[in-house]
Amino acid sequence: MASKLTRSNRSGWLMAFPGVALMTLFIIVPFFLAFAFSLTNQRLASPNAAEYVGFENYSDLLGLAVFTLEPERDEDGAVLRDDDGEIDYPRLRNFTRNNPEYPGLQGKREWFSWQSGDNRTVVLASDVVFMKALVNTITFVFFVAPIQAGLALCLALLINQRLRGINVFRTVYFMPVVVSIVVVSLLWKFIYSPGDGLLNNVLGWLSFGAFNGIDWLGRTDTALPSIMAMSIWQGVGFHMVIWLAGLQNISPTLYEAGNIEGASKWQAFRYITWPGLRNTAVLILIVITMQAFALYAQIAVMTKGGPLDSTQVLVFQAVERGYGKQDISGGSAISVILFVLVLAISLVQRYLTREK
Amino acid sequence: MATVRLRDVRKSYGSVEVIKGVDIDIEDGEFVVFVGPSGCGKSTLLRMIAGLEDISDGTLEIDGQVVNDLEPKQRGIAMVFQTYAIFPHMTVRENVAFGLTIAGASKEEKERKVAEAARVLQMEHLLDRRPSQLSGGQRQRVAIGRAIVRDPKVFLFDEPLSNLDAALRMNMRMEIGKLHQDLKASMIYVTHDQVEAMTLADKIVVLKGGKVMQVGTPMELYHNPANLFVAGFLGAPSMNFLQVDVKEAAGDRVVVGNGALDPLQISAEGSSFRAGDRAILGVRPQYLDPSEDAAGMLHGQVELTERLGSETVVDIGLRDGSSIIAAISEDRVLKAGSNIGLTFDATKAHLFPHEEIREEAH
Repeated sequence: MASKLTRSNRSGWLMAFPGVALMTLFIIVPFFLAFAFSLTNQRLASPNAAEYVGFENYSDLLGLAVFTLEPERDEDGAVLRDDDGEIDYPRLRNFTRNNPEYPGLQGKREWFSWQSGDNRTVVLASDVVFMKALVNTITFVFFVAPIQAGLALCLALLINQRLRGINVFRTVYFMPVVVSIVVVSLLWKFIYSPGDGLLNNVLGWLSFGAFNGIDWLGRTDTALPSIMAMSIWQGVGFHMVIWLAGLQNISPTLYEAGNIEGASKWQAFRYITWPGLRNTAVLILIVITMQAFALYAQIAVMTKGGPLDSTQVLVFQAVERGYGKQDISGGSAISVILFVLVLAISLVQRYLTREK
Repeated sequence: MATVRLRDVRKSYGSVEVIKGVDIDIEDGEFVVFVGPSGCGKSTLLRMIAGLEDISDGTLEIDGQVVNDLEPKQRGIAMVFQTYAIFPHMTVRENVAFGLTIAGASKEEKERKVAEAARVLQMEHLLDRRPSQLSGGQRQRVAIGRAIVRDPKVFLFDEPLSNLDAALRMNMRMEIGKLHQDLKASMIYVTHDQVEAMTLADKIVVLKGGKVMQVGTPMELYHNPANLFVAGFLGAPSMNFLQVDVKEAAGDRVVVGNGALDPLQISAEGSSFRAGDRAILGVRPQYLDPSEDAAGMLHGQVELTERLGSETVVDIGLRDGSSIIAAISEDRVLKAGSNIGLTFDATKAHLFPHEEIREEAH
């Protein structure tokens, strides 16, 4: 017989209360607060009351414009060139600063541009740093998600064997996951350090001194790839374990049946293992994508978004803006954009990988 | 279609020998059932024939060729597993055609062979379904279809009906029997179910502890079990065993008896019983004929009656303290506690040396 305590609705709620309250306070309320703040001009600490500003924070972040600069010409219509032979253009700030003829360009700055004939087409953004962060984040996800998932699967296949000492390998591959990402980032900062860093030393030794050493985190072209490589290394063990669980869910009898039918190793993978890992693959894809979008600690410890914003990412920007610049509404707006982005991508992934 | 010969086949895991020298001849088109209690090595033996387990020693010939070191696919066998082992993400059609897909067969050939197998198994309407939409019996049919498509020399069945419920099991048993008649292929079938063994087999191989206990047709095994184990394993309810003393022994004729059994002359060909020996007398419950007036050779009291309608199973406590079971092929009420005498045809009783009891204990 169930006692009154376990059947009473009230005592049920009473027992659930501490958990519900904590989750409400630290997850649900902040989630909705982010939405609310992003529609105001709330500052982290300010004597002035916050005002509703509509979608201004979003337009400040996402505003884009394309503008074509025509070259300066003399009376004959010939293109004017400077001493180096470069075409002279009017200054961009003539159009973006207080120019009543171009209200759409007000306050925007150059993001990137390209040349077409004598004209120069400029893409302007309200917030160039945010745009760089957005592009960097997407680049990061685009490379990290497939490489990390693929590498993790390879490792899982390798350690899914009954060999003596295989547990040593499992442990080794899993170790980086257990170590705090901050510690890992600090270690890799040493590995990547210019001059006598571990990586430069090893490469120099392997090339008999021909390799001169690179400031991996100090160059715009190597900083983000360096952080990608380190992030893949750090997270691969975790996903390996998930793949392994999926692999061990596949009945060994199916492989025996495949063996009797004459399936080669590759065919067994193609027809038995891979379809059997379908649900695991969907899970891993979504988890890696979400984790990769949340990239923060590595950036905060290793580069702080530099050099020249080449490693700016969305979460770092949200924190930087919200707490560094005390612009909590701007930070909230970035969080909401990130949320919508991740949600949309996850839904698309779910749709593409749905059970047909 | 082919013959299969096992010569002194052995299997060891480290120092533990699980198959201890097995010799079996399977003729072309024969349906052979390996039967035995769990752990007797029947499945291991089948998997060795399939090539899923190495053969530690001895030779295995299929169709006159030694195949010890060949891969499963080169042996010309097909196997049906207890857990079906059909691929959950493929349709029935893809499952059945799997071997052909692997071998890179043309689309037409696949279509033709799948259609043929579907016709034989009457599952044309299932071809586009997925395994999750099938019942257990249908899944097993798909597995059999996949085997048929391979056109194997030998079919191997590893307890194919054990995961099915009782009613379905009987249906599928009959279908497998029919399939054998249709295909006339050699088939090896592993089961622990003696009914499957008795009904399907041309030849039964009874295994115990990695050794062959007896090989023969179902009726040979039923009527002339070579030893106590086979006698007790086949038949339901299982054979009664009475501890008896040998009173007289003259050639093939032996007279036995005990506290409950009047001296009885029985023929024991080729045995070496001597007067004063102890022996085991085996009588099937179906051959015991009770008479309530206490006349008969065996004397005891009715302890329990189970009426099954077409059959009555009587538990009888004998005068010497042991108990036996009689199965009467009619509905009959016997009062518990009443004295009973049992008669039986001495030619249908079997006498075993007493030492086999000890072997049984191992």
